[in-house]
Amino acid sequence: MTTLTINGAERTLDVDPDTPLLWVLRDELRLTGTKFGCGVAQCGACTVMLNGMPRRACVTPIRTLAGADVTTIEGMSGREYDAVQAAWRALDVPQCGWCQSGQVMSATMLLQQLPAPTDQQIDEAMAGNICRCATYHRIRTAIHDAARTLEG
Amino acid sequence: MTIATSRRGFLGATSGLMIALALPLKGRAQDAPPQGAEQAVPPALAPAPVPPNAFVHIAPDDTVTVIVKHIEFGQGPLTGLATLVAEELDADWAQVRGALAHADDTLYANLAFGMQGTGGSTALGNSFLQMRGAGAAMRQMLVETAAEAWGVPAAEITVAKGRITHPSGKESGFGAFAEAAAQRPVPDNPTLKTSDQWVLIGTDLPKLDTASKTDGTAMFTLDQFPEGAQVVVIERPTSFGATVASYDDAEAAKVAGVRAIRPLPQGVAVYADNTFAALKARKALKVEWDLSAAETRTSQQIMAEASAAAREAGRTVEETGDLSGFDAPGATVIEAEYQFPYLAHAPMETLDGVVTLAEGSAEASYGCQFPGIDRAALAKTLGLPMESVRVNVLLAGGSFGRRAQGTAHFATELAEVAKAGGPGSYKLMWTREDDIRGGYYRPLSVHRMRGAIDAEGRITAWENVIANQSIMAGTAMEAMMKDGLDSSSYEGSIGLPYDFGGFRAAWRQLKTGVPVLWWRSVGSTHTALATEMFVDELLEAAGKDPVQGRLDLLKPDAARERAVIEAVRDLAGWTGKVQGDKGYGMAFAKSFGTYVAQIVELENRDGRPQVTRAWCAVDCGIPVNPNIIRAQMEGGIGFGLGAILHSQITLGENGAVQESNYDDYPSLRIHEMPQVEVTIIKSDADPTGVGEPGVPPIGPAVANAWRALTGQKTRALPMLQNPGVV
Repeated sequence: MTTLTINGAERTLDVDPDTPLLWVLRDELRLTGTKFGCGVAQCGACTVMLNGMPRRACVTPIRTLAGADVTTIEGMSGREYDAVQAAWRALDVPQCGWCQSGQVMSATMLLQQLPAPTDQQIDEAMAGNICRCATYHRIRTAIHDAARTLEG
Repeated sequence: MTIATSRRGFLGATSGLMIALALPLKGRAQDAPPQGAEQAVPPALAPAPVPPNAFVHIAPDDTVTVIVKHIEFGQGPLTGLATLVAEELDADWAQVRGALAHADDTLYANLAFGMQGTGGSTALGNSFLQMRGAGAAMRQMLVETAAEAWGVPAAEITVAKGRITHPSGKESGFGAFAEAAAQRPVPDNPTLKTSDQWVLIGTDLPKLDTASKTDGTAMFTLDQFPEGAQVVVIERPTSFGATVASYDDAEAAKVAGVRAIRPLPQGVAVYADNTFAALKARKALKVEWDLSAAETRTSQQIMAEASAAAREAGRTVEETGDLSGFDAPGATVIEAEYQFPYLAHAPMETLDGVVTLAEGSAEASYGCQFPGIDRAALAKTLGLPMESVRVNVLLAGGSFGRRAQGTAHFATELAEVAKAGGPGSYKLMWTREDDIRGGYYRPLSVHRMRGAIDAEGRITAWENVIANQSIMAGTAMEAMMKDGLDSSSYEGSIGLPYDFGGFRAAWRQLKTGVPVLWWRSVGSTHTALATEMFVDELLEAAGKDPVQGRLDLLKPDAARERAVIEAVRDLAGWTGKVQGDKGYGMAFAKSFGTYVAQIVELENRDGRPQVTRAWCAVDCGIPVNPNIIRAQMEGGIGFGLGAILHSQITLGENGAVQESNYDDYPSLRIHEMPQVEVTIIKSDADPTGVGEPGVPPIGPAVANAWRALTGQKTRALPMLQNPGVV
């Protein structure tokens, strides 16, 4: 049994303690916005916010999360998130869409830390998120656009 | 992928149709004049007469839902086909939605294939008149209904932005008349707008699937949770063609949540209550494999065989002029061999599927490119009539060709899972390791090139012998091969726009036990590289500029090729010179009827090419949605760049795949993505596709720029794992 907070609600989960957070979110809680891409923290499709920082849910066993505060894309809010959502839509960033929850999570947390990132800071913060459709060009532009709206 | 013959014979006649809706036959994409055999798609089936309500549903609240017969995995048909309907219907874009059609080869045939299917960048081209016709028919039926209800002549009614109006002041949305309109006879020959009347086509309409893919609510296959469904993963052989000799499931069966462990033709399947239990139990399985029928050669051995085969004459697939230039006095003959590895598609969403088996029927839901072929395979494996099997097509997290399976191997596996499990629901998932090691790769290929330059610096002869494995042979697609030739093995190496004097291209078919498949842009993944790297080398040897040299080589009728090359030259401000620490290279490729030229700028960073900028000019006929065209060029550039820098699948001892995940089969990441600028050529030609054509030119453009900057010639890919590049 592990008790933690997910998207603001306290949850007690009776699952195999080795179960990665990813499969708890998806199979137990049906929070399907968090995606499976690799299972080994290489692609970032499962990025969630753990105690305010980005975390790969696929390599995070539930037993390590007692008392933790987890936010998935379903529970995101705030100015940075809203700015990212608006910028993503204005530029039609997604193609297949599978990785985009993770991209949006990483971009939001980047802007929470660095309100006006440079190209290089964007590349460093987003390098853990693979997009096989290679929407990177628009991701970079969208993050700059979101940063500009946060300024004003 | 090019489709060479009608598929009517394979699927059986498409008869028993419903209401006739005659559509104009002229000007479909496949009617474009052939330029080289790889583009010579003969007229496909006449469009099956399909009622417009198979494509358009109008709800009482005015919502217009366009049923899209092609799968959406990022390349844009959901928005593109909806645009065509909305244009002729005079709908307002805000009222338009898109939905993916279920499997039905009669209603939802790709008119270029004669069966339902997404591939070969054909979605928009084959639908251009059909979807507009459906929209126009529906509009006419709405207008006639309104005219009757209002007691006015139909000719006095106008429709714009989703409103039906009459000068008398009468006005309505679509929804109020939708039900009555659906009862009316379908017009035989609805009038289509002329291009000057278009208000949606040619504009950057926002994509219909952007919002749900941005906030995580878009539903994919893995997001389906049918009541009581068991999650299934399969322990698979380590060599292609190996079978289960024996297995020990004692430990695996002890894992909590495991429901069953069953041998299948594909391996040993674990059925469990949840994903983690299935994965944990699979890890605990002990399986002995029988390798007696397996492909056990290493990829190095297969490459050596391909290299030797490419030194043979091969079977001529195109020959023009004569090759005497090779023997002319004073001629310089240049030779090169280019080696291309196996490539996995590695879409972000691995193969997965949901199936529910009931007494006498089955329903499968997942992302598939050939739903009809899959449906037939499901029916056959389950011993059910086709009518009792439904296949719902879902959004897919990428494909790049991986879900276009002439063998229906995944559908068959899904059916085996259900058959062995008995009535109930199952969610079958491949892990990333299953995906990378699961075969169906871009075929390993070798191009052996020879070129002759005369004393005046003219290219006088060109020969290219290609050795690789056929994608179609041994699959349901074999029916499309002509005289044993699989044009997808060498498309892009023939029908070239350049006048080389004498020309010969030949193909030498290899046979291996490694399953292969089309990979975004298919033959052009290697033919464009070999052709455009070699053209560049010959031009350099002749002392010519890569851009002007290509323009000078173009045949007189190559106007569209000329236009994109000139456009990208101007966009990039091409000088042909190394500038400071930056090198530049260009390449051109026509694939799937679309013309693309690209120029890149790159730097040498510690011995590795860092592509900083890419410029792209594309002519895809009428640009229906320029925003999607630009996105596909950007994405095609990134996808192709990742492959030529990083990607290869290698087979080691006993033919076991050495790579397993994104750590050892790297994908392009954001810091490697160049800035991209795209220009779209203005055109009134019939539209062609953009899903694949952005890919072929990027590889040779990068290799050419690298050669210009460093003098190092690329002879084998990927660039970062071969000599010459650290």
